[in-house]
Amino acid sequence: MENESRRGFMGKAFGAVSGVGAVASLYAMKRSWDPLPSVAAAGFTKVDLSAAEPNALVVEKWRGKPIFILKKTPEMVAAQTEEMTARDVIVGGENFLIAIGLCTHLGCIPSYRKDSTDFLCACHGGKFDSSGIDTQLPPPSPLVIPPFKIDGTTVVLGEEGPEYAKMKESGLIA
Amino acid sequence: MAHFEKANSLNEWLDQRLAVNTLKRVLQTEYWIPKNINFLWAMGMVLAITFGILLVSGIFLLMYYQPNVDTAFDSVNYTIMREVGFGWLWRHVHAVAASVVFLIIYIHMFTGIYYGSYKKGREIIWISGMLLFVAFSAEAFSGYMLPWGQMSYWAGMVITNLFSLGSLEFNGLVEWIRGDYVPAQAFLTRFFMLHVLLIPLAIIALIGIHFGALRLPHVNNQDGEEFDYDVEAEKYKAGDKKNSKVIAFANDFLSKDMFVVAVYLVFFFYLVFWNYSFAMDPVNFDPADGLKTPAHIYPEWYFLWSYEILRPFSKDIGLIAFGFAQVIFVFLPFLDRSPNAVPASRRGLFFIWFWLLLIDMIALTAMGKLPPEGIYSTIGFVSAVVFILLWIALPIITKFEKKV
Amino acid sequence: MKEFKILAVVVFFSLVTYWLVEPLAHSILHKHVDSNHFTYADLPALEKTGDVANGKELVMGAGACTGCHSLEAAGIAASMDAVTAASSYGVNPPDLSAVGAIYDDKFLAALIKDPASALNVSHKFDPASGKMHPMTQFYGAGGDMDQEVADMVAYFKSIAPKAEEVTPAIAYENACGRCHAVKYESWTQIGEKPTFKFKKDEYRFDANVLEYQEHLTKYMGALPPDLSMYYRSRNVHFLETFIEDPQSHLAGTAMPRVGVNAESAEKIVEYLADSADTLREDRESVGIKVMIFMLIFTIFAYLWKREIWKDLH
Repeated sequence: MENESRRGFMGKAFGAVSGVGAVASLYAMKRSWDPLPSVAAAGFTKVDLSAAEPNALVVEKWRGKPIFILKKTPEMVAAQTEEMTARDVIVGGENFLIAIGLCTHLGCIPSYRKDSTDFLCACHGGKFDSSGIDTQLPPPSPLVIPPFKIDGTTVVLGEEGPEYAKMKESGLIA
Repeated sequence: MAHFEKANSLNEWLDQRLAVNTLKRVLQTEYWIPKNINFLWAMGMVLAITFGILLVSGIFLLMYYQPNVDTAFDSVNYTIMREVGFGWLWRHVHAVAASVVFLIIYIHMFTGIYYGSYKKGREIIWISGMLLFVAFSAEAFSGYMLPWGQMSYWAGMVITNLFSLGSLEFNGLVEWIRGDYVPAQAFLTRFFMLHVLLIPLAIIALIGIHFGALRLPHVNNQDGEEFDYDVEAEKYKAGDKKNSKVIAFANDFLSKDMFVVAVYLVFFFYLVFWNYSFAMDPVNFDPADGLKTPAHIYPEWYFLWSYEILRPFSKDIGLIAFGFAQVIFVFLPFLDRSPNAVPASRRGLFFIWFWLLLIDMIALTAMGKLPPEGIYSTIGFVSAVVFILLWIALPIITKFEKKV
Repeated sequence: MKEFKILAVVVFFSLVTYWLVEPLAHSILHKHVDSNHFTYADLPALEKTGDVANGKELVMGAGACTGCHSLEAAGIAASMDAVTAASSYGVNPPDLSAVGAIYDDKFLAALIKDPASALNVSHKFDPASGKMHPMTQFYGAGGDMDQEVADMVAYFKSIAPKAEEVTPAIAYENACGRCHAVKYESWTQIGEKPTFKFKKDEYRFDANVLEYQEHLTKYMGALPPDLSMYYRSRNVHFLETFIEDPQSHLAGTAMPRVGVNAESAEKIVEYLADSADTLREDRESVGIKVMIFMLIFTIFAYLWKREIWKDLH
């Protein structure tokens, strides 16, 4: 009898040891699916804004994502609400929209409409104003502002500067 | 070592070692199928044949396909389509079969729902079938990535984004699945692996379970009639095939299946050669470009109904509704509270429920492809709400169903 | 009989779904553009009969066409190579030997008189803002301008190959090939890519292509796409109406109306079909054989079923 219960116990113990091995190998498998260090590290883009034309959308690439850069005309700045102005990045005395150009609904690239100075997402009909704030469903939130640092007339994407930190503090960036 | 007699024939030699005669009896000549069935009962065989076609055509595509973001598109559209002997045939066959297989799956599924073939011992058949549906969906999606066209890329982007789970913002999870910030090389190679190895293995295992689950409860029949299989089998074996309610799997059932398969293949090859664009979206003949979204992004037709359930709501509610739609079919055997395993036409309200569900899913499918504006958006929203309400109503209406 | 009823229900719902997601959805998703069959109704008709000899003089004259365009049929080679030409004009000006066969007469006349409006790109080249089309318009050689233009068109037609001698490749290369590469046919914007013996020669060629593309990108605003798979990514109707007038599909596009005649447009589409759907004739012929086999297969399947089920009913 004792022998048998011992056999039962050893069976369970063996199962437990196997389980530890299985979990450990699961960890290895999870790690193998992680982005490679070279992929994760690539990702600081410098953009010079001095040559930007007003009301003409510039699309840059950062970490494989399109970045919208839009220099606003004085009329646009004058017409916008405080909420919109708060999202503007001021470089060299000019107001810029800097945002990841992916719809916050499901990641399509909205297109900029010069005449109405807004963005329309062709996938599901979402709209954003010239500050990237969502104005029509389904997108649940404004276009995401990427981490940036202002350096004279250039902007470094991927690095967090004081202006970005301030926006984050005031809750503009989730 | 066991004692082996010298065999007098190849059959006997094999029987000694593999018990082929027993296998033949259990799987073919004495595997009893009800006689009272119609051609819808052949959909299982049609699916098995289509899966075989996918496997064979896939093997030939695999020999020249290159899972590399720079060469994938050309390896399909130039090498396979222009250079490999009959490469174009394998590709068209593979693409059309991948689409048509879902039509047959839906017919097979709705047949099961209509005749109540998911309860009274047949729950595992239904559940394994729904798991097969999930596995086929994953297989179809991963395969759709491989030509690395515009629709591959953007479908990959949109679908993997679902894993951020709305406001939970699990961006780390999305990037983990992709192996990059956006669909790129790591993404293509891992979906290639899933498509040619892991998911096919899962499908084959599930098919085994699906077939196995059929053995004990037996196949349902057209009228949901319960009878004693042993008695009917005895009648058949005694030679009274005319009055027996059962037939043998082979060759009785098989011969009818193969006739249905033949008719199906006529239809199938017509699509392969002359009407394939429904399965090979033109947009996917533009190479993937991460900086240019196509004007319209829509999934293949068989995903449209669940895609449409996602769309009309705000992000989080949409995701919940989508998740609901993905899993709810699995629970059908338990949500249907009625003990009646008979055709829907004899089940009162359930009959109406069945046709409403079918029409609602067709409406969702149609709206899922159209741009989400105006009336399409409204119809889509109403259909999505109706879909959810139908499933909530199911336990209630079946609870009060009269026993037949 | 019951089986046929069930079959009818299955077929009905399948067809309804198909109709909704294919014909109906696509008719809603895509803009419908009618073809005008390459009549170019907006352009004035040619009323004068041209004089070939006078046309030749005008074309060859100082500061006229051959100042920028080559005319190989008359032995006039290009004054500069494609890349240099693109650096000065934005795009390599075409050789004029075959234009009389490829382009519509009315279009040629209108082009000579006012390139920007014949090409439908006036929105891009606004003389008021100093943006001129690189092709200078013909201001007349002193006589009746309409007569002179008619003479030049008559000359181009006299030296052009016959319509049947214009192959799909010639039509494509003339009308589209200086902006659009077709990788699957080894076509680049500066000509067909040869096979090279030495890697360095290939790199040199590729570098030239890249340089040409850089000039072209600046000129057009974006690099015109490679058209290798356009026959399958677009449909024939789209290609035809797009070639006829790009603005009808893509308002504001930088792509000019190329002004080909109907036969050339057909040849261009054929060229694109050869690139993207090369083996379409094999598909037809194999398809018919497979269908015949499948019908025989079905008959035998039915006969076998009937034999087996004779004992069961």
